[in-house]
Amino acid sequence: MEQQSKSITRGLSHRRRAYDITMRALVYASAAVICVLLAFLMGYILLRGIPHLSWEFLSSEESVIKGIEGILPALINTLYVVIATLIIVLPLGVGSAIYLTEYATNRRLVSLIEFATETLAGMPSIIFALVGVIVFCEFMGLGISLLAGAFSLVMMTLPTIIRTTQESLKTVPQSYREGSLALGSGKWHMVRTVVLPSSVDGIVTGCILAVGRIVGESAVLMFTAGMGMRLAKYGDTFGKFFKSLFDSSGATLTVALYNYAKERADFEPAFAVAVVLLIIAFLINIAAKLAGGRLKKR
Amino acid sequence: MKLPVGKAERPGGTAAENKAAGQARTIDGRRRLKDLMEQFMKAVFLVCGLVAVGFVLVISLYLIISGIPAIHQVGFFEFFFSSDWDPANKSGNPSYGILPMILTSIYGTAGAMVIGVPIGFLMAVFLSKIANRKVAAVIREVVDLLAGIPSVVYGLVGMMVLVPGIRVLFGLPAGDSLLAAVIVLAVMILPSIISVSETALDAVPREYEEASLALGATELETYFRVSAPAAKSGIAAAVVLGVGRAIGEAMAILMVAGNVANMPGLLKSVKFLTTAIAGEMSYAGGLHRQALFSIGLVLFLFIMLINAVLNMFLKKNDKEGG
Repeated sequence: MEQQSKSITRGLSHRRRAYDITMRALVYASAAVICVLLAFLMGYILLRGIPHLSWEFLSSEESVIKGIEGILPALINTLYVVIATLIIVLPLGVGSAIYLTEYATNRRLVSLIEFATETLAGMPSIIFALVGVIVFCEFMGLGISLLAGAFSLVMMTLPTIIRTTQESLKTVPQSYREGSLALGSGKWHMVRTVVLPSSVDGIVTGCILAVGRIVGESAVLMFTAGMGMRLAKYGDTFGKFFKSLFDSSGATLTVALYNYAKERADFEPAFAVAVVLLIIAFLINIAAKLAGGRLKKR
Repeated sequence: MKLPVGKAERPGGTAAENKAAGQARTIDGRRRLKDLMEQFMKAVFLVCGLVAVGFVLVISLYLIISGIPAIHQVGFFEFFFSSDWDPANKSGNPSYGILPMILTSIYGTAGAMVIGVPIGFLMAVFLSKIANRKVAAVIREVVDLLAGIPSVVYGLVGMMVLVPGIRVLFGLPAGDSLLAAVIVLAVMILPSIISVSETALDAVPREYEEASLALGATELETYFRVSAPAAKSGIAAAVVLGVGRAIGEAMAILMVAGNVANMPGLLKSVKFLTTAIAGEMSYAGGLHRQALFSIGLVLFLFIMLINAVLNMFLKKNDKEGG
């Protein structure tokens, strides 16, 4: 390729050769800039964060008296918010996608729902934060709590789930549906036994992407789920466990990072949290690729 | 023999009839139940489908309801065209002009575009046309990872690298500035610019490029004068998407922009629409808080406008593709 293009440029006028060379240089330069930038970003974060990362840091609650730094509460809060959000958003998103691909007959309604989904997808997170504060924390009386945070994140992740589920529903062959209906099953039976099982990988992909967005989100959770760095008091019974989810507030990983860096100017733990986030982002990327790859194979 | 059998058969027959009738009845009942279930599930799915619409309505309504009062109270003209933002004035004379933030958001976004779009576009050309397949695949993975990094991490690196760098380079007392925010935003929009423009470039029919090469154009001339114009609406969509991302970003630039409501200047500490909300929400009260919701409303309108433009490009894209 290289050899060939050189021989082509030989016979060209000066202007065209200059154009060719400049453009090629520009393309390679931007590629180099981006690669260097990426390498620098990763290297810098890892280099500054890893020395501070230890089992103790991950598994303890911070205590000023004992002089311990720890992000266990942040890890647990993140997990809490992820699970609570997925439990709410998954049925809604999958149901919505099923309605759009299997049931909807009214074109106007479909385009209305799709418009709404696109609007939600393009909304900046700070808007979800504002609305979450008024609607969930104040109007619905949840206060600043992990649950209010989860509800606000439901609005944010709904488009992701709807879109990926819809994509995978579209790949289910029409003949499956016809076969099922011809054997006398009703529509719901068909959806439950034929369509949904063959679109599981799309739904899984959606979940993974949603988890990625939730873990990376900070603005929404800062205002709806709080910034506390203490471990919530989790009760030992099932009922108390859920009650604590309603009541407790606290920082997730991203908010903890913000806390360390901006509020306390304590940068070493901030970088350690950044490394944790980087690792999570990396794992989510791989998981999404795997799930998406299976989807594409079909 | 025959008679008893017949006799025996007859009651049996009626029993069978009864049974059949009963079965029919239960089948009927089951079918009714099934129909009911069908109707019920259809309604459930319809409700799920309408949730997204409901969310958008709730967001718009609440932003309008809680955003309008402050604009009304401050006065439309003062709110939008006064360059004074000082809600916590000590002498009890607060002022609520959001012009600095609107301009900062616009300048910041424009700056991020000026840096990010050319680099991102050239990178997309590299990945789509020039790089060999393996190299491109590796770079694509890393760019995807870049998209998955939380914004606070960008903010952190910006705080530790860019801000001190700018302070030293320009001999300023503090490096928190519009320039730092612009660079952070430019890096943050790169992944979406790269991937959307790459998709657009990949979709250009191979024949166009082959025809151009056959007519004696060089490869680079082909990519920039044939492929890029053919993919222009996809690239435009990438740009608009980047604008949406940049104008809506809050946390990363909150950490590097300095957060003083100055009129925008490249090396001045500035406050964006988003960072005003993110930075002041936690302590604001009364009219100040309401004014933050008004800022949210302004941001919402900006985003709706950008989305409308984006949809226009995407629709055009679909048409060209079909």
